[in-house]
Amino acid sequence: MSPAPSAEKPLAGLEEIKKNYPASSAALMPALYEARRQFGWLSPEALSAVADALNLPKAAVRSTASFYGMFNQGKTGRHLVRICTNVACMVLGAGSVLEKLEARYGLTPGGTSRDGRFSLAVTECIGACDKGPAMLVDDDMHTDLTGERITEVLERYE
Amino acid sequence: MIKYLLGNIDNPNAAEIEEYEKAGGYRALTKALSMEPEDVIGEVRKSGLRGRGGAGFPTGMKWMFAANDPKFPKYVICNADEGEPGTFKDRHILEKNPHVLIEGMAIAVHALKAERGYIYLRGEYPEAEKSLQKAINDAYRKGYLGFPLHIHRGAGAYICGEETALIESLEGKRGQPRLKPPFPVNAGFFGGPTVINNVETLANLPFIMASGADSYLKIGSPECPGNKLFPVSGHVERPGVFELPMGTTLREIIYEHAGGIKNGRALKAVIPGGISAPVLPPDKIDCPMDFVSVQKYGSMLGSGAVMVFAEGTCLVKVAWRALKFFEHESCGKCTPCREGTGWLRSILERIENGQGREGDIELMEDVAGNIAGNTFCPLGDGAASVALNFIRHFRSEFEDHIGTDCRKMAVL
Repeated sequence: MSPAPSAEKPLAGLEEIKKNYPASSAALMPALYEARRQFGWLSPEALSAVADALNLPKAAVRSTASFYGMFNQGKTGRHLVRICTNVACMVLGAGSVLEKLEARYGLTPGGTSRDGRFSLAVTECIGACDKGPAMLVDDDMHTDLTGERITEVLERYE
Repeated sequence: MIKYLLGNIDNPNAAEIEEYEKAGGYRALTKALSMEPEDVIGEVRKSGLRGRGGAGFPTGMKWMFAANDPKFPKYVICNADEGEPGTFKDRHILEKNPHVLIEGMAIAVHALKAERGYIYLRGEYPEAEKSLQKAINDAYRKGYLGFPLHIHRGAGAYICGEETALIESLEGKRGQPRLKPPFPVNAGFFGGPTVINNVETLANLPFIMASGADSYLKIGSPECPGNKLFPVSGHVERPGVFELPMGTTLREIIYEHAGGIKNGRALKAVIPGGISAPVLPPDKIDCPMDFVSVQKYGSMLGSGAVMVFAEGTCLVKVAWRALKFFEHESCGKCTPCREGTGWLRSILERIENGQGREGDIELMEDVAGNIAGNTFCPLGDGAASVALNFIRHFRSEFEDHIGTDCRKMAVL
C-alpha cells in the first residue's frame, strides 16, 4: 500500500514532465497520474500537492480532476476492476459477468469488496469489442470473459 | 491486395523497429525529408487522403490551412483517443505496428514545419502506451526523430476525441469543446496553428510518400482513396480488424471477412461506423463503405466500426445502452445535450423495463429533434440521430415494447 497522504508531503518528479509542455499548467494531467501513483489515490491532500507543485490554483486542479473518470474514482480497493458494459460487450453477455461478480465477491458497480481486495467500476468501451466481454484489472486487459473465466482471472490478483 | 497499415500483423515482432525497417520502414520519411515541406503537402493533397477519425475531412487541405498561417510555433497532434464504442482499429496500429504511426507523424511534422508533436492517447490503453513509448525511444535511438514527440495520456473522457476538447485537455483543462471558428489549424494548442490527425490517417502517410499519390489513388473508391481499417464486432463468426480498400461493401465485410452471422442466425441490424452512426436494416448492406456512399445509404462511415446484431437481439436495449453512453459522456457544456441525452436514456429505460407509456416514441422524437442541430459539438447530434434512426427503422419493435416487460422477450 502507498503511504498515507499528508499535507506536508510534496509531489516529486514533475520537473521532467513539465519540460514536455510549453506551459507548466499543461502538465496537470500527467501530474495527476503521478500524484495518484505516489499518494495511492487522489485525496484532497494529493490535489493540493499537485496545485503546489505546478503553482496552480487548487480550484483549477479540482476542476480538471473532477471532469475525468479516471481521476474522480475516490479511494479504491487494492485492484480496480473496470468492466465494459457498452453495446458490443453487452450483446456478448457482460450482464452475466456482472451478476457473477456480485454473487462471488459481493461486488456491485461503484463498490469495494469487504476485504478491500477489489473495487468495481462499469466502464464505457475499452476497445476490445472483438473479444468481449472485456475488462481492465488495473492496467491489464482481459477478454472473452464468462462467469467462470472472470473468477479464474481475478483469483490471480491478491 | 496491398496492405500497408496492418500488413505485417502476423509477424509477432512487427512492433520492433528492426522488423519495420526490414519491410521498408522509414524510407518514406527519408524521402519526405529530402523534399521541400510544401511539396510534401502537395503530394498529400494530390493523394486525396481523407481523415480516418470520422469526419473524412481532406487531410492535405487541413495541412495547407495550418501551413499558410504565418504564426509559429506550429504543432502536430495525433488523436489516439479512440473511444467510439465498437472501434478498436487504432489500438491495433498502436500496439502491433507503432512505427507506421511514428513515421507518419515525422512526415507531418516536417511538412508543417512544426515545433513538436503530441500523441493524445486514451487512458484505457495502457498496453498501447508501453509499445508506443518503446517505439518512440527506438526511433530516437536510430536518429529518425529530430523533434520532441510526447505521449499525453487521457483519463477516460470520450469527448476528448473532439479536437477542440482534445486541445483543452492537452492544456490541462476540462475537456470541453471550444467555439469554432477559429479552427485549430489557426488557433489550436496554446494558440498556435495545430493539425490534429487520427492515428489511421497518419499511418497512411508512409505509403503515400513511398509509393506516390498516383499509386495511392488506384486503391479504394475514387472519392475516398486508400485502404480503411474495419473493426467488426457483435454477432459474427470471426470478429476482428480487417484492412480493406475503401468502398468494400458492408455485405463483403460481414459475410466474407468476418465469417457471417454467428451460429447461422439471420442479420437483424448493423451499425456501420461506431455507435454514433445511424443503424441500418439488413436490406442496406450492399452499401459500399466509404465516406460518400454510406451517407447516401442514410448513415455515416464514422470510424468504420461495424457492429452486427443478429435476429433475437433486443434493439430497444441496444438503443438504451447507446443513449446511456451519450448521457455519461456529455461534457455538460450545453443544455440540449446535457439534459436531452438524459431524457432519451430515461424514456428508453422505462420502455425497456416494461413501463413505457403511450406517446413515448413521439416524445423521444420531440426531444431528439430539439437536440439535433442545437449543440456545440457533434456529440449531441450523434445521440439524437442514434435515437431517431433506431425508431425510424425499427418502430414496430419499440411499439411492441411499450407495456411489455422486454426481459421476457429478449434473447440477446
